[in-house]
Amino acid sequence: MAIDAATVRKVARLARIATPEDRLEPLAQELNGIMTWIEQLAEVDTDGVEPLTSVVHAGLPLRDDVVTMGGDADVVTANAPKSVGGFFVVPKVVE
Amino acid sequence: MASLTSLTLKGALDGLEAGDFTSVELTRAHIEAVEAARGLNAFLFETPERALAMAAASDARRALGAGRPLDGIPLGIKDLFCTEGVPTTAASKILEPFVPHYESTVTSQLWRDGAVMLGKLNLDEFAMGSSNETSAYGPVINPWRKSGSNQALTPGGSSGGSAAAVAADLCLGATATDTGGSIRQPAAFTGTVGIKPTYGRCSRWGTVAFASSLDQAGPIAKTVEDAAILLTSMSGHDPKDSTSLDVPVPDFAAFVGKSVKGLRIGIPKEYRVDNMPAEIEKLWADGIAWLKEAGCEIVEISLPHTKYALPAYYIVAPAEASSNLARYDGMRYGLRAEGANLTEVYENTRAEGFGDEVKRRILIGTYVLSAGYYDAYYLKALKVRRRIAEDFDSAWEKCDAILTPTAPSAAFGLGENSNDPIAMYLNDVFTVTTNLAGLPGLSLPAGLDANGLPLGLQIIGKPLDEGTVFSVAGAMEKAAGFTAKATKWW
Repeated sequence: MAIDAATVRKVARLARIATPEDRLEPLAQELNGIMTWIEQLAEVDTDGVEPLTSVVHAGLPLRDDVVTMGGDADVVTANAPKSVGGFFVVPKVVE
Repeated sequence: MASLTSLTLKGALDGLEAGDFTSVELTRAHIEAVEAARGLNAFLFETPERALAMAAASDARRALGAGRPLDGIPLGIKDLFCTEGVPTTAASKILEPFVPHYESTVTSQLWRDGAVMLGKLNLDEFAMGSSNETSAYGPVINPWRKSGSNQALTPGGSSGGSAAAVAADLCLGATATDTGGSIRQPAAFTGTVGIKPTYGRCSRWGTVAFASSLDQAGPIAKTVEDAAILLTSMSGHDPKDSTSLDVPVPDFAAFVGKSVKGLRIGIPKEYRVDNMPAEIEKLWADGIAWLKEAGCEIVEISLPHTKYALPAYYIVAPAEASSNLARYDGMRYGLRAEGANLTEVYENTRAEGFGDEVKRRILIGTYVLSAGYYDAYYLKALKVRRRIAEDFDSAWEKCDAILTPTAPSAAFGLGENSNDPIAMYLNDVFTVTTNLAGLPGLSLPAGLDANGLPLGLQIIGKPLDEGTVFSVAGAMEKAAGFTAKATKWW
């Protein structure tokens, strides 16, 4: 399952990271090196083993479905690159 | 009287209580030390005015007889913890110029207990690194040097700023975080004590996320007792973090100095890795001898899946990171680059804002989660993760705590491993297993290598049994008698 330049292009697109053409091949080699090292996991017998997603053995806690905070649009947008009147200003999405 | 910056945290608390000095004096001494040590690049932001105001408030409380557990103690804060009104960068360009309007739960508990904030400490970008070289603001330089050498060494990572600041007496303790070894490896590289508690002990709320199922906060300190005092304040249930454990927090410092007689200490044979320096092998043997002397029973144990921990980690952690870091899209905070359309704005923002290691991990994470590879990589890694956790479950039938080296080497030169990602990843070979299994792990300085650099030993405990870890560490600290300090050159 070697990673080639086309795979890097696809994955970089999925990850929304602009990647110049001349970086695709070096990145493919780098990622291949890491993934080849990771392949050793195939040696482990995991038949019938449940995936471990959380080491916290308790169930997730629930709380009442009520508003606990809010009404702070100015605070929420204070770090935005662009905002107007408590709204985030984003690039045009619909042409 | 010795200089105020050479005190331990406990020594400073005693001195404040006795009225030997005020928090303002103590804090001023540390502010001066921080200013004189800028060559270490340990602090990203210094907050001297805030520190002095907090110190004055502490002195006022103490004068009224209302002292708190950490009252007047100047601390450094890893710049992964959000601090209200003080920039928080995660050592990344993508967050610039983020100023949180809230305080992380861990730091708010330290301020509740009276501590004083000196500033924010440098780290690897988003805590992804083992040498501090991925910081967008340049690496921290280890206060330690090889004897007779001026070579700049890494303080380790990702909590390199925290470890260097404590080792150089710039603060009496520091917050840190550990996803694969980021508290313990820097502690080992700088002759300091660091503990990653049980997953869920410390709230993750308000701490910039890297890999949520592995991330845990903990302290780096000068002594085992200091680390115990800090961890007591940092721990506790927080309804704002759904993985925070709703269990009582013991007074961890009360465990330091307790007898370890009769405790069974496991020595995992799989931790004898190839090419391990003889000095580390010897240090480990010393540690075993000290615990025997203290009345512990030494038992050989097996953790058969140890060698698969790092490869499993390098699927799980990047997968979670790729998801967590999706939030940096240039819309709500931080950097926004230009682009012809929305997708290009996203892509350019993330290309400009993230460094190479962070990009590498996002790409790996995206790859292993993408259609067709999810089962082969991600699910497989989660199954191996369970195998690793089960190894420990079996080990606990035979022992009460486990002793291992912390890192496979002493501090190395900046630039020495930066071109080989896997060589860098191997720094965490002894520490990453406890993150995958959620267990507490503590590193303490146990000796010097032939170059005069500190080496650490790690104690791993059962879930929520930090108490035993602190007792064992206390006994080892006493036996090791480690008093060496970096010779001041900065």
